Amino acid sequence: MEIFNAIFTAKAIFIGIIFAITLGVAAYSTYFERKIAAFMQDRIGPDRAGPFGILQPLADAVKMFMKEDFIPSKSNKWLFILGPCISMFTALMTSAVIPFGDTVTIGGVTFDLQGIDVNIGILWVFGIVSLGVYGILIGGWASNNKFALLGAIRAASQNISYELAMGLSIIAILMFTGSLSTKAIVEAQQAGHWNILYQPIGFIVFLICAFAECNRTPFDLPECETELIGGYHTEYSSMKLGFYLFAEYINMFISGAVMATLFFGGYDYPWVEFITNQFGATVATLLGAGALIGKALAFVFVFMWVRWTLPRFRYDQLMGLGWTGLIPISIFNVVITGFGILIDQPILTGIAGVVLLFFGLVIYDQLLVKKKLA
Amino acid sequence: MKLSDKTKVLEQGEMTLAERMYLPAIVGGMATTLKHFFSKPVTIRYPEQQRYLGPIYRGLHILKKDEEGAERCTACGLCAVACPAEAISMVAEERKPGEEKLYREEKYAKVYEVNMLRCIFCGLCEEACPKQAIYLRHDKMVPVFSSRDEVIYGKDKLVEKMDQRYLREGWK
Repeated sequence: MEIFNAIFTAKAIFIGIIFAITLGVAAYSTYFERKIAAFMQDRIGPDRAGPFGILQPLADAVKMFMKEDFIPSKSNKWLFILGPCISMFTALMTSAVIPFGDTVTIGGVTFDLQGIDVNIGILWVFGIVSLGVYGILIGGWASNNKFALLGAIRAASQNISYELAMGLSIIAILMFTGSLSTKAIVEAQQAGHWNILYQPIGFIVFLICAFAECNRTPFDLPECETELIGGYHTEYSSMKLGFYLFAEYINMFISGAVMATLFFGGYDYPWVEFITNQFGATVATLLGAGALIGKALAFVFVFMWVRWTLPRFRYDQLMGLGWTGLIPISIFNVVITGFGILIDQPILTGIAGVVLLFFGLVIYDQLLVKKKLA
Repeated sequence: MKLSDKTKVLEQGEMTLAERMYLPAIVGGMATTLKHFFSKPVTIRYPEQQRYLGPIYRGLHILKKDEEGAERCTACGLCAVACPAEAISMVAEERKPGEEKLYREEKYAKVYEVNMLRCIFCGLCEEACPKQAIYLRHDKMVPVFSSRDEVIYGKDKLVEKMDQRYLREGWK
């Protein structure tokens, strides 16, 4: 078999484009983070570099490269270098299984707008995201600094406690689809049957866990400036620090894309049929890819919006929320979804689940909490 | 001892369910930040945009001239005496015949210096001046200086130019 066939070339070009989009979005996320922060605080934000400060990410990159690249003398040098590399590497690898669109036919070659369509799709995302914590852990440990180590430990325990709830929240989706493949999950949601309608509880749990997985406020305890100086990247400077921060923004974009894939129909958008009939399948697919990226960017905005609104959780609150709050709720969601599949009324049970959960909480509050105080 | 009836005892009881769930408070907070997201920024881009500081702002000093273009200052030294920071110094000189167009009084200041590092912009010189010669202008601040040579402002910088006369609000 010929290795450099047309499909290979097409996929290579596609992967290159996805890399460029991911990195571009991550670079401009830094700019929009500052702009959004400024707007929310009634300021203007960066506006000196280029029109509206649009060249600010470039200026930041130049600054990052020009700064002194410092490696502490008592640190473990190679692991210190490896930390940001792993963070960046794993952040970029997650996008491989996200289906950016349906099939495209260019020059007689038909291929998916997806890096790889593996049957373990969503497990791949989870596996790689869990590997990402190694970057933080290794970097924090290798710094030979107490604050960095504390940040690294926090990152590790935070990831363990949130990975579970995250996994449980998507089990309900897997029950609908019957497949781990991201492509199959998206195809099951076409024509407006988005999972958010069937899985409101699952989505809320997943969203909260995504905040924790990306180490974003209100769960940014690993880097917690007020307690731990800079957390795991206390000792980092220059572009190594830049890579850590960059990886965080890539993770934000990718988790936005994953949420869009799992709960918001992936590349589905209204009037697909009309556009396919009018302009052809390729245009419809490319618009779908645009829709997915748009949804992911909307989630990036939500990430930033939350960051500039909410204060940081205390560490025991974070662990308590993860273990005693989100995991029971997601198990409840799995049960209610199973019931919904059994009686073949998924939307109704989705709404009933929310109502039931609310009343359950009120009753729990009335019966148990007041008694405990008395 | 109770000083007034205004004291209010705040009771922090146990949190209700809504408070313990954080969600209503989170939604409220998000609504607040979103409202500010769409509101107008209050920023003034300073060097390019300048805010009007009011008709009595005490900025850069100016030595006024009268309508004929003669300097009003008579080097009486009252401003230097009034100055709490001792920022003003001057050297007086007698007016020669033929200089009536330049100086209004028979005595004038040959040297008039304000040390801008000492000046506290209190405006007491302006109040002390019997000839309405020195003013702190409301529309212009002392520019930033980067070396100590630029700190002492002599007559070349202080005396009013006839083509850009200083007018305060309410003057003719």
